[in-house]
Amino acid sequence: MTDLGPLVPRQRDMHPVPYDPEYKTSVPRSPKWPLLSMESTPSEETGPRFGHGVIGPLDNNLVLNFATDGSPAIGERILVHGQVLDEFARPVPHTLVEIWQANAGGRYRHIKDTYLAPLDPNFGGCGRTLTDDQGRYQFLTIRPGAYPWPNRGNEWRPMHIHFSVFGHSFGQRLITQMYFEGDPLIDRCPIAATIKNRSQLDRLVAPLDMPMARPLDFLAYKFDIVLRGRRQTMFENRLEGL
Amino acid sequence: MPQPLANLTETASQTGGPYVHIGCIPSFAGINGVYPQDLGLSPIQPGALGPQITITGQVIDGTGWALRDALIESWQPDSAGRFAGQPGADPAVSGFCRFAADKDSGEFSLTTIKPGPVPARSGQMQAPHISLWIAARGINVGLHTRIYFEDEDNSADPLLARIEQRNRVSTLIARKTGEGSYRFDIRLQGEGETVFLDI
Ligand SMILES: [Fe+2]
Repeated sequence: MTDLGPLVPRQRDMHPVPYDPEYKTSVPRSPKWPLLSMESTPSEETGPRFGHGVIGPLDNNLVLNFATDGSPAIGERILVHGQVLDEFARPVPHTLVEIWQANAGGRYRHIKDTYLAPLDPNFGGCGRTLTDDQGRYQFLTIRPGAYPWPNRGNEWRPMHIHFSVFGHSFGQRLITQMYFEGDPLIDRCPIAATIKNRSQLDRLVAPLDMPMARPLDFLAYKFDIVLRGRRQTMFENRLEGL
Repeated sequence: MPQPLANLTETASQTGGPYVHIGCIPSFAGINGVYPQDLGLSPIQPGALGPQITITGQVIDGTGWALRDALIESWQPDSAGRFAGQPGADPAVSGFCRFAADKDSGEFSLTTIKPGPVPARSGQMQAPHISLWIAARGINVGLHTRIYFEDEDNSADPLLARIEQRNRVSTLIARKTGEGSYRFDIRLQGEGETVFLDI
């Protein structure tokens, strides 16, 4: 690979605020002092790579990858697909995308989740895939339910899918959430509202993508993801002594 | 109007939430059978060159409470300072590990090899360190930091040199507690707050 330049610094105002009293858990978990800003080094510019060897054939199919009695998961079948790009609109190929989500009733398969909605014996709630040459990925899953959570008196998460993306540099590491077009709970959610820039929040809302929906089978939603880019100029190497 | 820039803006982060383990280390969350094993169980395989070390610690919030739900990722080079995939890199060092705070005690543990030094872009050598990234409920943007080592020469490290308040440098340095064992606590907020990185 050619010698790419340093990572473009993160635009922190395009991200959520770390401290937000409306999202109570952020109050004791947000650093008080400013972050130390520095040009990236090979420690941040390199990152783990995962080969096709670690990905099983059903890993990106959450409808079937936990089908303990052989039946598919219960819920509205949806395709979630998109492209991973960098800030210079270059596709990010062969990178790992992982997702996790609640089942159709809004319940996670987790010891800490005691919500009334039942577990689906055929739904685990996790999936992963590698992007293709063009940075594209696809998952087949079910639409997750909204769920209540302890924060303010009557708090409900909008329907969402958690995403974890690696890119090619450890400094590109990103966890985010995908929301669904038209969900009225998005504007009531204090976690979504930690993002103060409205267009940045809108970009987490996946539109219904009917051309990609398969008749009599699944609806489709499109969710593109942009990771930090690496600057490439002719003038990155400082001359000795200057 | 000037020409429009065609650049894109990075997608906004969101918290990993309380169930980040389901997505990243499902077997740890009790979900078996989807993947053969969790990704990043160990950064090394048998035969990895260099001294083996274990680093233990906790992720502690602003009230002094150790998080039970934190997920940590580490990334490091081999004992000669080469990252996986680079020419000559130790094939037994993947360099990547995922580990979590224990759900009862909040303790985490990372067993790996001591990393070698890696130069910065300027060519100046950085002291040996392991890069960390922390995700948890209540952390809206994943936190980057580094583990340096008490028994290495950290005096010329360019990142540590950038810390104005010299009393904070020690928050990035693992304390030696025995042969091959270190303690590294991460304080998210308040007294002794860890230096987190925008890098
Ligand atoms: Fe969630």
